[in-house]
Amino acid sequence: MSKELFTELSTMANKKKLFFGAGAAIIMLMTAFRAEPVQQPVAVKASAERGKQVYVKRCMACHQADGGGVPHLNAPLDGASAVTGKDKAKLIKIVLNGMTDRVEIDGEFYSNNMPGNKDLTDAEIADVLTYVRTGWSNKSSAVTVAEVKAVRTKK
Amino acid sequence: MKNRWQILSLAIALNAATSLNACASDSLKNAVREIKPDADNAGLTLPAGFGALKVAENTGRARHIAVTAQGDIYLKLMRVNKGAGIVRLRDKDGDGKTEENTGFGNYGGTGIVIKDNYLYASSDADVYRYKLNDKGEVINPDQPEKIITGLINRGMHESKSIALDNKGNIYVNIGAYSNACQEVDRTIGSKGQMPCPILDSAGGIWQFRADKLNQGYAQGVRYATGLRNVVGLDWNQQLDQLFVMQHGRDQLSYLYPDMFTEKQSAELPAECLYALKQNDDAGWPYIYYDQLQQKKILAPEYGGDGKKEGGSKAINPTMAFPGHLAPNGLLFYTGNQFPSKYKNGAFIAFHGSWNRSPLPQEGYYVVFVPYENGKPTGKWEVFANGFAGVETVNSTRQAQHRPCGLAQGPDGSLYVTDDVKGTIYRIIYNGK
Ligand code: HEC
Repeated sequence: MSKELFTELSTMANKKKLFFGAGAAIIMLMTAFRAEPVQQPVAVKASAERGKQVYVKRCMACHQADGGGVPHLNAPLDGASAVTGKDKAKLIKIVLNGMTDRVEIDGEFYSNNMPGNKDLTDAEIADVLTYVRTGWSNKSSAVTVAEVKAVRTKK
Repeated sequence: MKNRWQILSLAIALNAATSLNACASDSLKNAVREIKPDADNAGLTLPAGFGALKVAENTGRARHIAVTAQGDIYLKLMRVNKGAGIVRLRDKDGDGKTEENTGFGNYGGTGIVIKDNYLYASSDADVYRYKLNDKGEVINPDQPEKIITGLINRGMHESKSIALDNKGNIYVNIGAYSNACQEVDRTIGSKGQMPCPILDSAGGIWQFRADKLNQGYAQGVRYATGLRNVVGLDWNQQLDQLFVMQHGRDQLSYLYPDMFTEKQSAELPAECLYALKQNDDAGWPYIYYDQLQQKKILAPEYGGDGKKEGGSKAINPTMAFPGHLAPNGLLFYTGNQFPSKYKNGAFIAFHGSWNRSPLPQEGYYVVFVPYENGKPTGKWEVFANGFAGVETVNSTRQAQHRPCGLAQGPDGSLYVTDDVKGTIYRIIYNGK
C-alpha cells in the first residue's frame, strides 16, 4: 500500500461519520479499489449507493429525485455535459464551494444559489459525485476520495 | 393551415377591418359565442359551464400578459426569442386563435400591464412604457420611455412584476436575492443577518410615478417591505388597493433537519396573499406565516424553533395557501362573462412547486378565491387544472406546462400563460 493511500485512509478513519458499522477491512478494500486506475464496478456501485444517501439529504431538494433540476432555477445533473464530462476537479469545486455563477449551462441560465458543502467529508463528496455521474442516464466514471482530497488541499 | 389563415385574414382585413375594430365592444358579446373551446378544453379540467382553448403555442417563455380593449395580446417573455422580448398576438378572424405573431423589445423580463393607453413592461432591472394608439397598437416599438432604471438584479428572484393604481403610480416588486437572509444563502448553520441589509434595496414593493423618466431608487418610495419575493400582484379596483402574492421561504427541513420533518417542510410556510397599505411590513426574513398554526413564526435563522411566535408589527395575510406552490399571477376578476360568483374574486396562477421533495410536487393550477363585500370568504378552490399534463409531478421538469401570467380579455375571458412551452390559454364561460 502506498504511503499516500495510507495517510488518506487514516484521515478517513478519523472522520468516523461515514464509517460507522462498516468493517475496516471492507473500507480498506473499497478505498484501495478506488485508488486503482481501473475502477472496480462493485466498489463504484457501493460508493454510488452511499452517495445516494448524501444526495437525498443535501442535493435532492434542488436537483430533484431524478436529477432533472428545476427549469431556469436549479441546473439539471442528469445528462448535463459538465456533470458527465472529464473535468472532475470542476465538479468537486462546485460541490465544495457552491455555485452562484449564473453562467450559461447547456444553453440555459439558472437563478438559484447553490450552497457550498465544505462540511462533507472527502469520502462523502466522492460518493455523491459518483452517484451523480453514474446515476439516471449518466454513465461516467466515479470520483475518488483522492481526487476530492487533491482539490480540497490545493487552496 | 398557415395559407388558409393568410387568405382568411386578408379577406377579413379587406372587408371587415374597420367594422371589426369600430364596433369591437358591441360585437364582443356575440363574438364570444362564436369562440369555441377546444374539443379537449385545451387539456384543462374546469368547473361546469367553462371551456378553454389554446390561443397560441410555442410563443416563447411567456411570463405576464396584457390584453387590449381590441383583443390583441401582449406577452412578456422571460428570455428574448427571435430578437423579441415582447410578443403581440392577434386574432384576425375572430375564432379566438391568433394567427399573427409580431415582436419587439430586446430584453427578457416578466412584467407587462396596460393602463390608460400605455403598455408598461419590465426587464429584470428597468421598466419601460410604450404609447398605444386608439387601436391599442404600440406606436413606437423601438423607442419606449424608460421610466424606472437600475433596480437590483442578482439573478435570483429577479422578476420585476408591475401594477398601476388610478393616481398615476406604478408599483414594482423587487425580490430579495436570498432565501432567508442568511450570512451565506441556503447554507446549513449560517445565521440570519441582523438587521437584514437586503431590505434596503429589495424584499419589498417600490412605488414610482408612471410618467417620469429614469427614476432610480432615489426617486422611488419603498411602499411595503418584508416581502421575500412577489411575482403575482394586482391593483384591486373595487377596494382601490394593492394586493400581492408572496413566495414563501424554502428549505426548512434541509437547513434545520432537527426542527422540521420533510412533510412539514413541504407544507410550510404558507404562500400568502397580502392586502397592502403604505409602510406595511410582511415580516420577511425574521418571520414566516404558518398556515397550520395560523401564526407568524420566528424564522429558525433568527432563533425560532417552529413554534416561537414573532413579528408583532408584521401584517397578517388575507389568505394563506399551502407551501411552495409558487404564485406567479394574481388577477381580480371584474368581467361580466363569468357567473356573478366570480366578480371581484381573485384568480391566482400557481406555477407549481420544486421544494417539496421527497413528497410529490404541487401546484401547476389556477385557483379561485371567492370574495364577498371586499373580503375573501376564506375558502379557495382549484379553478383550472391539468396544465402539468401528468397525474403526479415528482420532479418539476415533468410538468409540461406551468401557469404563470393572468389577464382578463375585454369580453371577460380569462387568459393564462405557460412559461415552459409558451402556450396561451383562454378560458370562457359558455354555460347557461
Ligand atoms: C439550494 C439549491 C441547491 C442545492 C441544495 C444543491 N445545488 Fe447544485 N446547483 C444549484 C444551482 C442553482 C446550480 C447552478 C448555479 C448557477 O448557474 O449559478 C447548481 C449547479 C450544480 C452543478 C453544476 C452543473 C453543471 O452542469 O455545470 C453540480 C455538479 C451540482 N450543482 C451538484 C450538486 C450536488 C452534488 C449537490 C449536493 C451535495 C448540490 N448540487 C446541491 C442548486 C443547488
